Amino acid sequence: MHSTGSVLRFVLILTTVVSLLLAFLQNGLKSRHEMNEAVYSKKATLASISDHLNIDFSTITDEQVEEIFAKSIEQVVVNQDGQAFTPEEVMAMGYKGGSASDLDMAKEHKKGAEKMLPLYVFTKSDGKKYYILYARGKGLWDEIWGCIALKDDFNTIAGVSFDHKAETPGLGAEIKDNKAWVKQFIGKKLYDGDEFKSIKVRKGGAKDPVYEVDAISGATITGDGVADMLDDYLVDYEPFLKTLKG
Amino acid sequence: MAETAVIEKKEAIKFGKKERKLLTDPLDDNNPITVQVLGICSALAVTTGMKNAMVMAVAVVFVCTFANVITSALRKAIPKQVRMIVQLVIIATLVTVVELTLKAYAFESYKQLSVFIGLIITNCIVMGRLEAFAMANRPYESALDGLGNGVGYGIILLMVAFIRELFGKGELFGYKLIGAAPEYMVNTLDSKWFGWYQGNNLMVLFPSAMFVIAVLIWVHRAWNPKLVDVS
Repeated sequence: MHSTGSVLRFVLILTTVVSLLLAFLQNGLKSRHEMNEAVYSKKATLASISDHLNIDFSTITDEQVEEIFAKSIEQVVVNQDGQAFTPEEVMAMGYKGGSASDLDMAKEHKKGAEKMLPLYVFTKSDGKKYYILYARGKGLWDEIWGCIALKDDFNTIAGVSFDHKAETPGLGAEIKDNKAWVKQFIGKKLYDGDEFKSIKVRKGGAKDPVYEVDAISGATITGDGVADMLDDYLVDYEPFLKTLKG
Repeated sequence: MAETAVIEKKEAIKFGKKERKLLTDPLDDNNPITVQVLGICSALAVTTGMKNAMVMAVAVVFVCTFANVITSALRKAIPKQVRMIVQLVIIATLVTVVELTLKAYAFESYKQLSVFIGLIITNCIVMGRLEAFAMANRPYESALDGLGNGVGYGIILLMVAFIRELFGKGELFGYKLIGAAPEYMVNTLDSKWFGWYQGNNLMVLFPSAMFVIAVLIWVHRAWNPKLVDVS
């Protein structure tokens, strides 16, 4: 039997060594972690326009992602009053870099009506423009979010990509993994004339060919979450997109 | 003289029959998954694809081996009252090292494996080997034992993942092998062998891992007569 003193001494030494080791490792790899996170979210943004990139998206490299972002994408930060922010103003809010991809949307989401919104304008090789909007909301277990690419009529969806924090693989996680489900959104419309209709996720199969998609069986709540977040967020872009329309 | 010789023999590091048994036993006669039925939870969760199963297997081999070596090296210093907690600290440290490294150098796998890397901490195989073996044996033997058990776990993981990914998605390591290529891949890969094959979605879902592991246990027992009801 060891005495209490020697037990304490052993535990103290062990935990000190372990925490020092992990602290050094964490610090040493931090820049790589941040870089990976950044590229990952840029890639998710590009996934919404994967059909228009003229490359095989399943084998896209980090360098290609950065290249497309540097060459073909214009980043804007807007709010729901239709006001655009300069990079300096965004930096003043605490985001290093000051562009749309630097926003921490988990943080902005909590701000409600005061939130800043990222907008990416992608110019295809044939000169056509695509507008990628962002949406965030609640799934079954945790947050879900996604990017919605609109054609230059600011109405027709050109593609979407969704992601999630903790949805069930095979059920809720299908919003990200099931390419056929994601493809349904292509060609759907957000507006009927001037009225904002958004996209509904319909259990039992879409009834309206323009404003509805099929739900995923076994993932009703996640599907409803997708519909809710689209309804919440896309209308916030309306004032700014109106200024673009002129 | 005779006494020193005995000590020498005891301390010598060699790779004889006993050591080989330490390494190969967990692969077959004493496999952690199919015989001891440990580590089932992660075996269900990470076996939807070969790539994830591979990363997970390597991570467990790493954690299991080094946790065994470190615990064994410290075994005389570890106070008996807190040995379980000390073992947990050692495992948790190694798992965090794995997690940070994956996040830096294999980000896609890190995202896909998500919580399951962290859950290696609770994998009964690792904890079991520390308590049952490393606390009573030298680092060298413990290393062999840890390596054997890690690999034993990994092999089954890969077998399950092979079956699930091939029949579930018609893919291996993400490459389309059988069945018609999905629409989004048409640019690069046209329909492959057995174009009529429709991926069985049940194989992608967790319950199928239960069936596959059960069938593997059956096959293993049929093939290795030593395992058939010794009691």
